[in-house]
Amino acid sequence: MERIARMGWSSAENRYGDDRVHDACGLFGFIDTTGQRHSGERIIAAITNMEERGNGLGAGFAAYGIYPDFTEHYAFHVMCRDEKGRVELDGYLRKHFAVVHDEPIPSRQVLGVVDPPVLWRYFLFPQSAQMVGRSEEDYIVHQVMTINSQMEGAFVFSSGKNMGIFKGVGHPEQIAEFYGIQGYYAYLWLGHTRFPTNTPGWWGGAHPFGLLDWSVVHNGEISSYGTNRRYLEMHGYQCTMRTDTEVLAYAADLLMRRHVLSAELAALVFASPLWNELEHMPDEKRRIGRALRQTYGQLLMNGPFAIIVGRGGEMIGLADRIRLRPLVAGVRGDILYVSSELAPMYLVEPDLEYSWMPQGGEVVIGRLGQSPKLTAGPGACHVPAEEEPSYA
Amino acid sequence: MPESVAVQVVVDTNSSTKDGSDGATPRRGVVELQAKGLYYRELNDRLRELAQQGVEEVVLRGVMGQRYLGTNLQRPMKVTVHGIPGNDLGAFMDGPTIEVLGSAQDGCGNTMNSGKIVVHGSAGDILGHSMRGGSIFVRDDVGYRVGIHMKEYGAVRPVIVIGGTAQHFLGEYMSGGVLIVLASRLGLGECHPTRYVGTGMHGGVIYMRGQVDRTYLGKEVGQVSLAAEDEWLLQRHVREYAQYFHANAERLLGASFVKLVPLTKRPYGQLYAY
Repeated sequence: MERIARMGWSSAENRYGDDRVHDACGLFGFIDTTGQRHSGERIIAAITNMEERGNGLGAGFAAYGIYPDFTEHYAFHVMCRDEKGRVELDGYLRKHFAVVHDEPIPSRQVLGVVDPPVLWRYFLFPQSAQMVGRSEEDYIVHQVMTINSQMEGAFVFSSGKNMGIFKGVGHPEQIAEFYGIQGYYAYLWLGHTRFPTNTPGWWGGAHPFGLLDWSVVHNGEISSYGTNRRYLEMHGYQCTMRTDTEVLAYAADLLMRRHVLSAELAALVFASPLWNELEHMPDEKRRIGRALRQTYGQLLMNGPFAIIVGRGGEMIGLADRIRLRPLVAGVRGDILYVSSELAPMYLVEPDLEYSWMPQGGEVVIGRLGQSPKLTAGPGACHVPAEEEPSYA
Repeated sequence: MPESVAVQVVVDTNSSTKDGSDGATPRRGVVELQAKGLYYRELNDRLRELAQQGVEEVVLRGVMGQRYLGTNLQRPMKVTVHGIPGNDLGAFMDGPTIEVLGSAQDGCGNTMNSGKIVVHGSAGDILGHSMRGGSIFVRDDVGYRVGIHMKEYGAVRPVIVIGGTAQHFLGEYMSGGVLIVLASRLGLGECHPTRYVGTGMHGGVIYMRGQVDRTYLGKEVGQVSLAAEDEWLLQRHVREYAQYFHANAERLLGASFVKLVPLTKRPYGQLYAY
């Protein structure tokens, strides 16, 4: 049964009013490569500036470095249909993990945020006897997949160490207020405002999507969803959230954790250069490009997309190979920004030193401990720094 | 929704300003509007009111992503934008002149009918999308699919002049109008980085200054040599560009230009005729 139905939310009843103004999703992310943590204020201001891109049917945030007291524990954020669903999940988690702490995810009533599920977080770790030969991460993935595909009335939407996803149905400023995002401090923030296209707006369908410490925000449409999904199922991932973006989170985990590809190589899988462009590349690059395309053809993300992927210590921005969705990047000091639009970067960083529009398939990467590089290639659209601060 | 703040309208009658930057010198009948925190609908409503009152020039300050600025202002007024205007700047615009002291986002000049947009920075994707008339001048680089589906009819011919380089799919499905890419920062012997130039193009003309890699051209365009009327057209538009951005017109015009035109008026005429 579909996860959305298990939660008692029928898409037929149009609970959140799907018939709203059409637009596109909005993305924003930044990483402070020194590891210094920033309150949620900046990400809220930036994503709210792109109000027009969403329609109130989904918004969310991912924050890294927010649980300094539990850095070695997996933080499970769970959504439950009701208290009964939570009790059932609680029993399951205590049977399969050592739970060191659990509590409701703090939230407050916000006008316009309706029917939130029961939201809880668990800090836990697997005991070696429970893992039966699996690596710790593989065990977490296995358990999250089992819970999300089988358990009635509850599922896990965030499962990384020292990070967390917060999301729901509403406008970004409503969801931010609901969770008190302003009160969290993170060195890497992702934000999303949603305009659902092919699937209904529901709490689990809001972005970011996550698994382990991966989180993904996405604008566009993964037209290859069916192919990608079948490939991921062969590797033990199950897609239950009824939206295309989910495959990106699992594909990131498969390629960059299990198969240990760098973000640069994973980008060549997701947004592989066109064959005729590959033919004109220098030998070494062509050989790598071909090998990746032949090996991971089923993880090519077809269709229009712009994404920002987060993981512990790393932020990755990427648009599809012919850039059918917008993506801009900017740098100020040790902070790298990636956004759907230029204005929100200047809103939160009026003294942005440099910004550019990377080409389709040209990955933008920020890493802890590495000063952000100006990765703008020769074909990038260079945006001059504002000579006069725009607040004037 | 951004919290709106009170609109401050200052009618400037004494022709002085703290900002001496190009093009924004206030005249009598100049109105200054603080746009910071103002929702785009309110901002555009204010602009329309001012247009109806016959104001000659509006200076917008603190613009930060508000969309559709300059749309539905059917008279030749001037709008100066400080900051970063949002998507679809000047969409369906019919008459006004917009000068942006900053960079523009995506969709600038979307289906614009007449008037002028001058951007002192760069512009994003689909600049001049379906443009029907008027002109756009961008000092620096531009994004993907610039001039997509531009058109022309009779003597009404839209023009886009780009000072830097364009990203891919320049002039995609272009059916009319003029695109000029000056690539003023490309080094000697460097080719334009733009791929798939004129894909699906079936009307209009593209001029690219300097060298173009033939393999980067779309299947539907061909290179032809420049005639006297091309030189005249380039003189006129490049000189206007140089005037706005204090560029060296002689240097820009001194280099060779590549002229691209569609090979056929109906590139996909056979596509569905099995």
